[in-house]
Amino acid sequence: MPSLIAILLLSTAIVSCKKDDPEFQEENMATLSIEFDNIVGGQNLVLDNSTYTNSSGEKYTVNLLKYFISNIKVTKANGDEYTVPQDSSYFLINEADPETRFAKVNVPEGEYTQLTFTLGVDSLRNTMDISKRTGVLDPAGEMAEGMYWTWNSGYIFFKMEGSSDAAPADPTGQHKFRYHIGGFGGYDAPTINNIKTITIDLTQGGVPKVRSGREANIHLMVDISKVFSGNTTLSIAANPTVMFSAFSVNIADNYAAMFHHDHTEN
Amino acid sequence: MRRKHWLAFTAIILFIGCSKKTVEVLTSFEKPQNFPTPTYHFETNEISTAKFELGRKLFYEPRLSRDNTISCGSCHIQTSGFTQHGHDVSHGIDDKLGSRNSPPIMNLAWRNSFFWDGGVFDLDLQPIAPITNPVEMDETIDNVLNKLREHPQYPALFKRAFGTPEITNDRMMKALSQFMVMLVSADSKYDHVMRKEQGATFTAEEEKGYLLFQQNCSSCHKEPLFTDESFRNNGIGTGYNNDKGRYLVTLNEADAYKFKVPSLRNLKYTAPYMHDGRFITLEAVLEHYADNVQDTPNLDPLLQKDGRLGLHLDKEEQQSILAFLNTLNDETFINDKRFSEQ
Repeated sequence: MPSLIAILLLSTAIVSCKKDDPEFQEENMATLSIEFDNIVGGQNLVLDNSTYTNSSGEKYTVNLLKYFISNIKVTKANGDEYTVPQDSSYFLINEADPETRFAKVNVPEGEYTQLTFTLGVDSLRNTMDISKRTGVLDPAGEMAEGMYWTWNSGYIFFKMEGSSDAAPADPTGQHKFRYHIGGFGGYDAPTINNIKTITIDLTQGGVPKVRSGREANIHLMVDISKVFSGNTTLSIAANPTVMFSAFSVNIADNYAAMFHHDHTEN
Repeated sequence: MRRKHWLAFTAIILFIGCSKKTVEVLTSFEKPQNFPTPTYHFETNEISTAKFELGRKLFYEPRLSRDNTISCGSCHIQTSGFTQHGHDVSHGIDDKLGSRNSPPIMNLAWRNSFFWDGGVFDLDLQPIAPITNPVEMDETIDNVLNKLREHPQYPALFKRAFGTPEITNDRMMKALSQFMVMLVSADSKYDHVMRKEQGATFTAEEEKGYLLFQQNCSSCHKEPLFTDESFRNNGIGTGYNNDKGRYLVTLNEADAYKFKVPSLRNLKYTAPYMHDGRFITLEAVLEHYADNVQDTPNLDPLLQKDGRLGLHLDKEEQQSILAFLNTLNDETFINDKRFSEQ
């Protein structure tokens, strides 16, 4: 008899849940993983040892690739949005460190059809008190090493360096290209703003179903060959070094298109 | 909010006994009566004796450099008004040279931006630049923090200042800022005259110079800090290295060749002058404004009035201005033991 009551209760519970969604409890927070899988066109990116060809026909190898991802937001089909609290929403993706390949955030359980994030560090964080610059944003931290301009206070959003015979010899005799892209718009005088907001539709590659005890993974392909092509064709010979300059805007425009949602692991 | 803060910091001057001598200790930030409200964010870095003293020790700490040879005090020498006297551009690690003249550290609590081009907008972020610059201290912040953690004294000093012995970049920068904002220079003859202290008055020559200064110089070198914090091209020409100054920060062509207007306080101790230290004497500086202003891009409009480049100042007038500038030297400041290496 008691078991019958239990079954009845259980079925009522299931029925009452059915109205919404059987799988998700919105009040529960669960992990959502976003994977940044760096590739070059149709090949996997391998640092130092692989040679690639860009859209100008120049051969190059990549020695270093790092970029900041921040301000992650997910959206449901009905338009409901969830923005990850800022203090847990800054990630430095470093190709040389496989552990940084995944940005993991906590979001309410549910199915999400759209992912939005910033490539770079927002202007507010760029001007915050030093005590708020923790983790990957600590200008002293090993993680941020080399991702901060000390002389012109601001984070470097995207950094790619490599070698190419197309690059003229630098004073050390090496043929290197160096792209250090940043610029949050200026503190007291307006200047370049290379902060890019990336919005990715997740319905084609598969919506992540975020649930407690599971870890849905949005697998993004990040095609760094796009750095060299897009609205501007970037030639290493013509622009071997681009840092804080007006031209950097073209590179930022190019790399804003490098993210592609390949699939989701639920 | 800020106003409330510094008002709350009433001047408490304590005397503490040291084994060797009695040293006056600063325990609060005191706004000179003739100065405006400071711009530094005291609300996120409240002044305390322990933090100030830690900041002072760090300022004179050569472990901030790669080979433990260079401290902040190496290029910012108190007796030279916290500049590097005799060096046109800063002289750093391994005898390397920078590209600009090391600026005086004084009255930073009123500064809106730092460096000749204003690239750093928060004093708390400023020391990271010289520490990591390959031609200055050439060290990483992580290495500095590790050296301090292994030092016999620093963990205890950080505990005294912050409550726990943890040594972080944030704490190190806050302590350095405390020392630097307390470097207030406001005890020159000019200040005494303005505050009507000790019956101080200008001599006839100084008075004449003051009037000429007000007519010709004070729109950029605004009293009482003697800078309006703006960036201007004062017509000294582009220099050997074609340093484009403020342009490097804003990438705006209209900012090319502009540099931060420097204060005129303590000029007696801070030669040479200009961003590249090209003028050795103040006479040469005044001669420049009178006779040698060059029409380079973005030359300040104030230096090209009436269809003529430069300022209308004859030799006698230049001498009077020099007499006035001499009233801006603050002997007390450069000899203040509280600001010296202990």
